[in-house]
Amino acid sequence: MNKSASITTGGTFRFGLLLLAMPLLLWLFLLVILPHVDLFLVSMRERISYGKYEFSLINYIEFFAEPLYWNTYVRTAVMSIFATALTLIIGFPVSYYIAKVMRGKGKNVLFLMCLIPFWVSELVRTFGWMILLRESGVISNFLQWAGLADGPVEMLYNDAAIMVGLVYTSMLFMVVPLVSVLDSLDDSLIEAGYDLGGNTFTVTRDIVIPHAMPGIASGCIVVFMLTLGNYLTPNLLGGKDSLWFTEQIYTQFITRFNWESGSAFGFLLLILSSVIVWVGLKLSKQTLSETVG
Amino acid sequence: MADQFDLECRNVVKTFDDFTAVNDISLAIPKGSFFSILGPSGCGKTTLLRMLAGFQAPTSGDILIKGSSVLGVPPNRRPVNMVFQHLALFPMMNVAENVAYGLKRRGIDKQTIAKKVNETLARVGLPDAGPKQVNQLSGGQKQRIAIARCLVLDPAVLLLDEPLGALDLKLREHMKVELKQLQHEIGTTFVYITHDQSEALVMSDQVAVMNAGRFEQVGAPQDLYYNPKTAFVAGFVGESNRWTGTIGSGDDNKVEVILPTGGKVLAKRDAHMPLVEGQNVEIFVRPEAIAIDGASGAENTISAKVENVLFNGAASSLQVRDVATGQEMTVALPQTGAYASVRAGDEITLGWTVENTRCFAANQSGAGA
Repeated sequence: MNKSASITTGGTFRFGLLLLAMPLLLWLFLLVILPHVDLFLVSMRERISYGKYEFSLINYIEFFAEPLYWNTYVRTAVMSIFATALTLIIGFPVSYYIAKVMRGKGKNVLFLMCLIPFWVSELVRTFGWMILLRESGVISNFLQWAGLADGPVEMLYNDAAIMVGLVYTSMLFMVVPLVSVLDSLDDSLIEAGYDLGGNTFTVTRDIVIPHAMPGIASGCIVVFMLTLGNYLTPNLLGGKDSLWFTEQIYTQFITRFNWESGSAFGFLLLILSSVIVWVGLKLSKQTLSETVG
Repeated sequence: MADQFDLECRNVVKTFDDFTAVNDISLAIPKGSFFSILGPSGCGKTTLLRMLAGFQAPTSGDILIKGSSVLGVPPNRRPVNMVFQHLALFPMMNVAENVAYGLKRRGIDKQTIAKKVNETLARVGLPDAGPKQVNQLSGGQKQRIAIARCLVLDPAVLLLDEPLGALDLKLREHMKVELKQLQHEIGTTFVYITHDQSEALVMSDQVAVMNAGRFEQVGAPQDLYYNPKTAFVAGFVGESNRWTGTIGSGDDNKVEVILPTGGKVLAKRDAHMPLVEGQNVEIFVRPEAIAIDGASGAENTISAKVENVLFNGAASSLQVRDVATGQEMTVALPQTGAYASVRAGDEITLGWTVENTRCFAANQSGAGA
């Protein structure tokens, strides 16, 4: 939007600028706008017979009429919010430690250790968790060896396993913005907080968290969106009962070959994530530009 | 007996690995006084202040506030508050919330907090600043809020860590006077850290000159200026002509110092400073102690050629060179405007007394201002 406005500033058409902006414009148009417009159009039609379509809201009506879809939708949203909150709760102390407690070389080492798991693909990392958690896996065997369990223990294919996988997958995207925002917090503000009578809890609540708010918001947005749109982790760690909304979309498109319904679901997911992010920003009194910029 | 002092340090030492930042410091600050610690950067003064505030623990020694030891007492339980170098006002709160912060931590009810905040803001001369954001304030206003934020808590001692450092010159001059007045009005003990001798001299009742982790001299500003006990103090506090030389002959009151250029200067012999013939010494003469055109009774007289006139209003001076020996020195011009007609190239007669010529053994301190 801003780009196209600045191109025609002052009435002069600046060809060079347009040329420079072309990759971005093409990317936006071909990969973001065009597919979504098409998705929207597809979602608003109904197949009457072979090759014959009509405008209809049936796909959306179907979604609200069928409890399975509806439940999965809400469940995905709630689980994603929960996973985001959990990632924040675990990520904040980690980030604080890296940014404020560690000094010099150790700081970089710790930061790198957060990064290293992301050098392999999400698929491999998820299989790693499966090796640990499955019935014949490492933890199960260890429990039996230690005499804490009588038989094999199945830890996969439940909500806890999904949660572990999601939090693990998202951690870096929470830690990076938090470390950078906490790094920018002047140590003397924290010291002043203590000097004037604050304890760890009040200093964190009144000084550290308000300062870190933009980082918290941007970390939460990224983690929430990644989690909500995640397909691999819930599917592999949650198994058949994972009931993740992206799986419903996949099923519509691939298994049932029902593109109309799948498109409608895709759009509903987009609306869901937009609404929740908007509500989150309102509740935390942050603005999107402040958070991203 | 100890409780007549608001703050006392007894043989405080702080070492970092093999570096001694604070070396055996003892001090006692009487109630209600303005105490400054003056020293060059890296002399350990900030470490000392952080130990007083509780952010660092001394390696050995004891710190007492109002007569009771505060070793092991965390910063949030010490009856001292600190004004930080960059003030550290909380940008996420407005001015009133900044000032109220400490009171809230004490669990005081809202009406009392509001009342105290207003009183304190009025006391620092910013009664209407409460609803403002911190970034709306000017440098001097921020300064006052940072002090108000501490004063509202009625600390036994207020610690100030070079709070004027970030201000421009004009404002700094102004804040010096204001701080001194404020301290006088409220009567809280101030411990002020600075590397700027003028700040220390103007504001303080007592100044400790610190160098390489030790106190060189503690005394009233006039004392430090007129009766420095060490070469470091003589060189660091105020302007001085500083020459090195060796001791020649002398009697009980004065010694003759032979300069490398061949000139001879008569210097005062301090009773407690043993000086022997042939010893290397440093001598200090203040530029304003040198009278132009041979004042009577001056034991040291030379004729000198003016090399430069440095005009700076009341602080104008001449750079001159001894005609006989080529020794360089700085001479202050009288503030009356006499000798305003002196120009570079003029030859003048200079004289100063033995009393105004201080002599210190050269190896006594690593002195470097």
